[in-house]
Amino acid sequence: MNGKMSAAIVGTGNIGTDLMVKLGRSDVLELRYVVGIDPESDGLARAKRAGYETSAEGVDWLLAREDLPDIVFEATSASAHVAHAPRYEDAGVQAVDLTPAALGPFVVPVVNMPENATAPNLNLITCGGQATIPIVAAVAAVVDVPYAEIVASIASRSAGLGTRANIDEFTRTTARGLELIGGARHGKAIIVLNPAEPPVIMRDTVFCAIPPDTQTDDVSESVLAMVAEVQRYVPGYRLKAEPQFDDPRPEWQSLGRVTVLIEIEGNGDFLPSYAGNLDIMTAAAARVGDDLAVARLSAAGVAR
Amino acid sequence: MTGNNGSDAAVRITDSTLRDGSHAVRHRFTVEQVRSTVRALDDAGIPVIEVTHGDGLGGSSFTYGFSATDELDLVAAAADEARRAKIAVLLLPGVGTADDLRNAKERGATVARIATHCSEANIAIQHFALARELGFETVGFLMMAHMLGPEKLAEQGRVMADAGAQCVYVTDSAGALVLDETAVRVAALVAELGKDVPVGFHGHNNLALGVANSVLAWRAGARQVDGATAALGAGSGNSPTEVLVAVFDRLGVRTGIDLGAVLAVAEEIVRPLMEHVPIADRPSVIMGYAGVYSSFLLHAKRAAERYDVPVHELLLEAGRRRYVGGQEDLLIDVALSLTRGAGTDGERG
Repeated sequence: MNGKMSAAIVGTGNIGTDLMVKLGRSDVLELRYVVGIDPESDGLARAKRAGYETSAEGVDWLLAREDLPDIVFEATSASAHVAHAPRYEDAGVQAVDLTPAALGPFVVPVVNMPENATAPNLNLITCGGQATIPIVAAVAAVVDVPYAEIVASIASRSAGLGTRANIDEFTRTTARGLELIGGARHGKAIIVLNPAEPPVIMRDTVFCAIPPDTQTDDVSESVLAMVAEVQRYVPGYRLKAEPQFDDPRPEWQSLGRVTVLIEIEGNGDFLPSYAGNLDIMTAAAARVGDDLAVARLSAAGVAR
Repeated sequence: MTGNNGSDAAVRITDSTLRDGSHAVRHRFTVEQVRSTVRALDDAGIPVIEVTHGDGLGGSSFTYGFSATDELDLVAAAADEARRAKIAVLLLPGVGTADDLRNAKERGATVARIATHCSEANIAIQHFALARELGFETVGFLMMAHMLGPEKLAEQGRVMADAGAQCVYVTDSAGALVLDETAVRVAALVAELGKDVPVGFHGHNNLALGVANSVLAWRAGARQVDGATAALGAGSGNSPTEVLVAVFDRLGVRTGIDLGAVLAVAEEIVRPLMEHVPIADRPSVIMGYAGVYSSFLLHAKRAAERYDVPVHELLLEAGRRRYVGGQEDLLIDVALSLTRGAGTDGERG
């Protein structure tokens, strides 16, 4: 063991290619294999030029290697991942799933990483989930959150055909993540595609219902601390304004409300910078990969 | 004055008072109001009555306003009350989901109107397929139709028709289309879709052109037109159903609706329940002029009050940022930037 865990990326589209650039910067992961199913794909050619071992023969090829990767990143589709997941597990390869397949536990790196470090399969929920669940968790760490609602606005050009064909998956999965990981008793998610040119930067608005007697300074402090944590792996993650507090209203069941306005500018590694929605997924995947590698290396007693 | 003899000179009017009008009453329709309105509209011969939260199924939220009564209970009450009229529901993919459609069907809705921003029709493909499978009659809504030219709009109409839409609407959500701009869009859709899939038009009155645009839409080939009784709808309201009926009657275009009866609904049932009479006031005209989604109105007023900024400036800026339907959450952001004197945020888009 050379002090790094080995990694593979399955899927050579935009997401896989952007992730390849990010993993190339890791101190604890060594990206070795990049696998697709289309020999003509730009992503595969790019991976080859970058010096990685590549194949267009998919997971069959990958799992036939003598040196299997420690960690595989799935950047294909939910249906492909459903087919691949048991094969990874049988081979003892830990999977980080960027698709909406939601087979493994939902993971947001800054919220619930340690307890999932040994799961065979980790799911990254959705882009909107990665962007908003940390905020809900930050509010829920201070006060009871009976209800959390998020609106994700993304540039039309950053929404691929897979997302468009199953947009309900986004709404449902994100809402579930707000509850399971964010700690809201009830969650709701909304997604809006905006076709404006030049493309709009990803925006997320988080609303949390909060008790009437909430100490708003405590909530703000918790949110600001969380934003700083997320910025460590998503540098373009920014608050557009201080958290906004509204007094209780009868139509809100006499609860108050905190509103958090976020903008996410992508890092521009491969994807354009407006596509913060895609960047936060690859950034979260890279961070999860690093965390898994560190956990496994320390378990193996590798000095760092 | 009633009866549709199937001649070409006919139009099917859908009344959206209990859906688009939901915006104007802050989504606080009661079961009793829905029952009395549906009963009277049905008696007047309105063939289709839409009942849903203003932002469609699942719209009840912080962002768009919470429903005082569960919309599915309103749908069920409407379906129970209607003897001839079909009950329609609206769904915006991204806000509501397939499950909402299933629930609405169980509660008695028979027409599913599925809406996307005009350039994003393919996010609704799964919902059209499901709606057809459930046995709904389907209508596609291309919202904010002023933001796309006729040819591109027609391409998006084709996406909806291929997905299972049985009628496709040019939806002037911002009340921004001016006369011929309506006609060329409808004509392009009619040319693309042919006779199998009729074209519809949904107008708003922000520039006081709802009825005029509807007539031009009909002349360009639209055979379904939306109205709201007493104009009760978002922004300065929709094309008033009763005025549409009167005007189409004068033009010899059959609606199958009794003018006297629908005038009575407007006067005696809908006007008394209004808490806010939609008029072409400064904010509404600005919405039509700047191309702002009509539903933003009351949310913009609230944000303007909360942050002490002029509502018409807030709306102008929302138009400048090219926000689309559903982005009501960002009105708070606009208001905050106006308080900072930084109204021109958004250079990067």
